[in-house]
Amino acid sequence: MSVEPKDPSIGVDEWVARSAQRAEYAPGWRGQAQRRWERIGWWPRLGIAALAGAAVPLLTVNDFQLQIGINALLLALLALGLNISVGWAGLLDLGFIAFYGFGAYGFALLSSNQLSTSGVHLPAYASVPIVMVGAACLGLMVGLPSRRLIGDYLAIITLFFGEAFVEFTNNVATNKLGGPNGIVAIDPYKAFGAQITTNKGYFYLLLILLVLTMAALHLLDTSRTGRAWRAVREDPLAAEMMTIPVNRVKLMAFSFGAVVAALAGTVFAAQQISVFPTDFDTTFLILIYAALILGGAGSIGGAVLGGLILSVTLDGFLRSPTQSGYLFYGVILLTLIVKLRPWWRLIAVVAGTAVFGLVVHAIVHAVSASAVAGGPQSSGWIADLVRNWVVVPRNPAAAGNVGFVLLLGLLIALVQVRGRWRTVLLVPTLYLSVCVWEGRLVTVPAITRQILIGAILIVMMNARPQGLLGSRRVEVV
Amino acid sequence: MNAADGQLAKPLLSLDKVTTYYAQMRILEGISLQVGAGELVCLLGGNASGKSTTLKTILGLVRPRAGRVLFAGEDVTAWPVPQRIANGVAIVPENRRLFGTMTVRENLELGAVLRDAGTYDADFERVYTLFPRLHERRDQLAGTLSGGEQQMVAMGRALMSRPRLLLMDEPSMGLSPALVQQNFRIIKEVHESGVAVLMVEQNATMALSIADRGYVLSTGEIVLSGSAAELLRSEDLKRAYLGR
Repeated sequence: MSVEPKDPSIGVDEWVARSAQRAEYAPGWRGQAQRRWERIGWWPRLGIAALAGAAVPLLTVNDFQLQIGINALLLALLALGLNISVGWAGLLDLGFIAFYGFGAYGFALLSSNQLSTSGVHLPAYASVPIVMVGAACLGLMVGLPSRRLIGDYLAIITLFFGEAFVEFTNNVATNKLGGPNGIVAIDPYKAFGAQITTNKGYFYLLLILLVLTMAALHLLDTSRTGRAWRAVREDPLAAEMMTIPVNRVKLMAFSFGAVVAALAGTVFAAQQISVFPTDFDTTFLILIYAALILGGAGSIGGAVLGGLILSVTLDGFLRSPTQSGYLFYGVILLTLIVKLRPWWRLIAVVAGTAVFGLVVHAIVHAVSASAVAGGPQSSGWIADLVRNWVVVPRNPAAAGNVGFVLLLGLLIALVQVRGRWRTVLLVPTLYLSVCVWEGRLVTVPAITRQILIGAILIVMMNARPQGLLGSRRVEVV
Repeated sequence: MNAADGQLAKPLLSLDKVTTYYAQMRILEGISLQVGAGELVCLLGGNASGKSTTLKTILGLVRPRAGRVLFAGEDVTAWPVPQRIANGVAIVPENRRLFGTMTVRENLELGAVLRDAGTYDADFERVYTLFPRLHERRDQLAGTLSGGEQQMVAMGRALMSRPRLLLMDEPSMGLSPALVQQNFRIIKEVHESGVAVLMVEQNATMALSIADRGYVLSTGEIVLSGSAAELLRSEDLKRAYLGR
């Protein structure tokens, strides 16, 4: 690629050209490794990644750790499906989770005793294709509004669909769908005459499905259809002027995404042996979106990487309060190191916070001993370190709630003020955040996990708006 | 009647008393115009005179409320866009509208999306001969090109569908005088290779200097038409163009 303009370049975006050139000829071992990695084709690369994944169960991992792996692979598969409509075709589909639920419920109905009164109890190799075809049709139907609606409006309509699915499974035909009690005693997957019942089996099954889906999607991406999706995302009107059947292409994106999600759903149902409406709520949808955004929308590798990282972080590292503490303090410290320049300001803020804490602790202790009687709610060396520094009252929950609201107010103020006062305000904000963390947040890990994921995404979006493996958007003006 | 009056014996494209509305707003008021095979016709007029709407009506992006659009002897008024493009119409849209995150080559391929991938080679050859610069930059993202280069991609993309009639909406918008000159040279070259061109342009003098004929639109009506040489001399043009 020659990016060096020869003649006087009228209107060439020099910054883009130069950054492209830098990326092309990145110096040192990183550039060399990148070039070498790019030189081998896509399928050997996929093979290497698959082998690495296949080696995971060979390490000494227990069943619980394998379950984390299964969840991660499921999220990666879902992010891949979402990537089709959101990443490639640019259609904001907030009903995606319903396709996942449809797959799970479809498999649960067909491959369990739920419908045995009407004589329906199919083996997995029959029910999975049926469910996938059904999901394709459902995708076409849900995609229909996209013929007329774009952007926010499409998002609202599809969000209704996603919510309707949860309501439907909760309230309609409860003798068949089980209502809030869900469907239990679902058949396991069957492959080549053998039933898959162990976590290790499902891990390998999901790994194979993921690799096959990645390969199929790569071929689709480089095909005429893939190019049509991206053209529609970039500029639907121009795409129509190029004779791309815009509406049909949009429906295809919905349909393909639905099939991938339904496939993930069948494996989920078979592995869990049960499905419940709450498995398919909006919280999980947001997680899939977060995975796709983190990894980089529009990139196959990015979607998978985002799903794996997010799922392993949530289930693995953020399960215990102590471990989420490492992440909490790590993110704060990293942000301070990156944002506070020069170095003496960083030292001043950290030292100031330490002194500020000691002073506040001493004053509060002198006023009322019970106001500092709570102590850190977490354990580990960090808790020991801050034991006589944070203010945690005897009843930490109520005070923690007030502290959390106060913290939000301080954060907003921090964003509003400029210059020296921001540095000054940073000290009490940091101190209060530690107090709220140790007094309240660590006791509600379910909420804390979401907050931390949000924080990671915010930091990520600042540092790399296109996601880990996504490509930077170029505006045409 | 002679060509200067805008009545051709066997036109490639012919609008017959076309009236187009956007909801309640009338944009075109019974306009009739012709473009002969291999002709270069320009459509002039001030802002909001209906030039772009005329092109959209020809391409099928909007349907006329009254009147007919005839292309190569067939009534195409009710045809959808893809069918018209397959039949030999292509457009270089206003503001170019490239696909910025795709390479130059992918943009060009999208122009020929109706045909099988195996048949692209001759068209690539033709486009790259017309625009050698695009061959140099074929793997670069279209969004990183300069304005002039983007205009080349837009024209190349339109030519990939092997059109008999090329519609151009303000091809010199946002280009420096030097690039405008080059641009018109290329339009002339394309025209001389046998493609009929209907061009909407604000730069009236420049457009008429390469055109065969021209029409002048004002608030949705054709107020003036004739050969390029006549229009260039006409005092009426200035009046119609600059407003009364």
